[in-house]
Amino acid sequence: MPWFEDIEIGTRTELGTYTFTEEEIVAFAKKYDPQYFHTDPEAAKNGPFGGLTASGWHTTATWMKMMIRARAGREEPADADGRKPPAGGPSPGFLDLKWPAPVRPGDRISYSSTVSEKLDMRSRPDWGIVRSHNVGVNQNGETVLTFTGQGLVQRRNPAK
Amino acid sequence: MTTPKYFWEDFPVGETVEFGEKHVTKEEILEFASEFDPQPFHLDEEAAKQSILGGLCASGWHSCAMLMRMMCDGYILESASMGAPGVDEVRWKKPVYVDDVLRVRRTCVEARASKSRPDMGLTKFRIEMLNQKDEVVLTSIGWAMYGRRHPGAPAGEAS
Repeated sequence: MPWFEDIEIGTRTELGTYTFTEEEIVAFAKKYDPQYFHTDPEAAKNGPFGGLTASGWHTTATWMKMMIRARAGREEPADADGRKPPAGGPSPGFLDLKWPAPVRPGDRISYSSTVSEKLDMRSRPDWGIVRSHNVGVNQNGETVLTFTGQGLVQRRNPAK
Repeated sequence: MTTPKYFWEDFPVGETVEFGEKHVTKEEILEFASEFDPQPFHLDEEAAKQSILGGLCASGWHSCAMLMRMMCDGYILESASMGAPGVDEVRWKKPVYVDDVLRVRRTCVEARASKSRPDMGLTKFRIEMLNQKDEVVLTSIGWAMYGRRHPGAPAGEAS
């Protein structure tokens, strides 16, 4: 991760594209969200979405997967004094999560993340909160996921 | 599909119910994190101890997934669920550690009939996920859609 001070509002990161297979959709749903329209391709035809769809939590967890993958592929430079850049911190939660269109088998979802806000943490002067606007779009240009994410990021110099 | 036990009318505003008993294992924390959230505090006990979270703990997205499973087993699979448009807010208030035992407290805070679909109603639940120490580890608030037992009946006339 970059230091909190080096993160700029408006910076957009493309996280890459993920193809959802029927096998993965069903396997995730059987563990965590076993509603028939996520687990049974035949029964799902008569369900609310007219076919099998991924659990919204699967779509969202895959955003995280792509975020970590993108972060791992990006080497942050050390400071001039040799201090290494920080690891990513935990998150206090998220806001305004929407699943505006379903994700179906074979869909290719392209994820992105744009820095939207930076907040001080009164209780932890060594850390700040970075908010991001996150989006998943399918191969037809339809948005399937939006939410405001939050992450704790270490500061190079503690806030005064 | 058998006839659902719970329709939109069966979630009265103001009602609070508790359900679920989920034992969180190290294996499943590692399994979920390896696939979706491979950060040291979800994968490595030593690194987790040194981190701000103080010990190996579940990915927040795993907590959401475990909550969803408890809600499915608690009532959704027996309901006329029609999915959810999203979630207004989730707060990960405390880490979920290995061997925690989780349960769900669900309060119905608002309900309205769908204007466009007479067979559907919307319900807003405030959800708390608690651990064995009665600490709230996660809160969530959001709308979900359910089929109505009596389609088209005027909103609020639950029977």
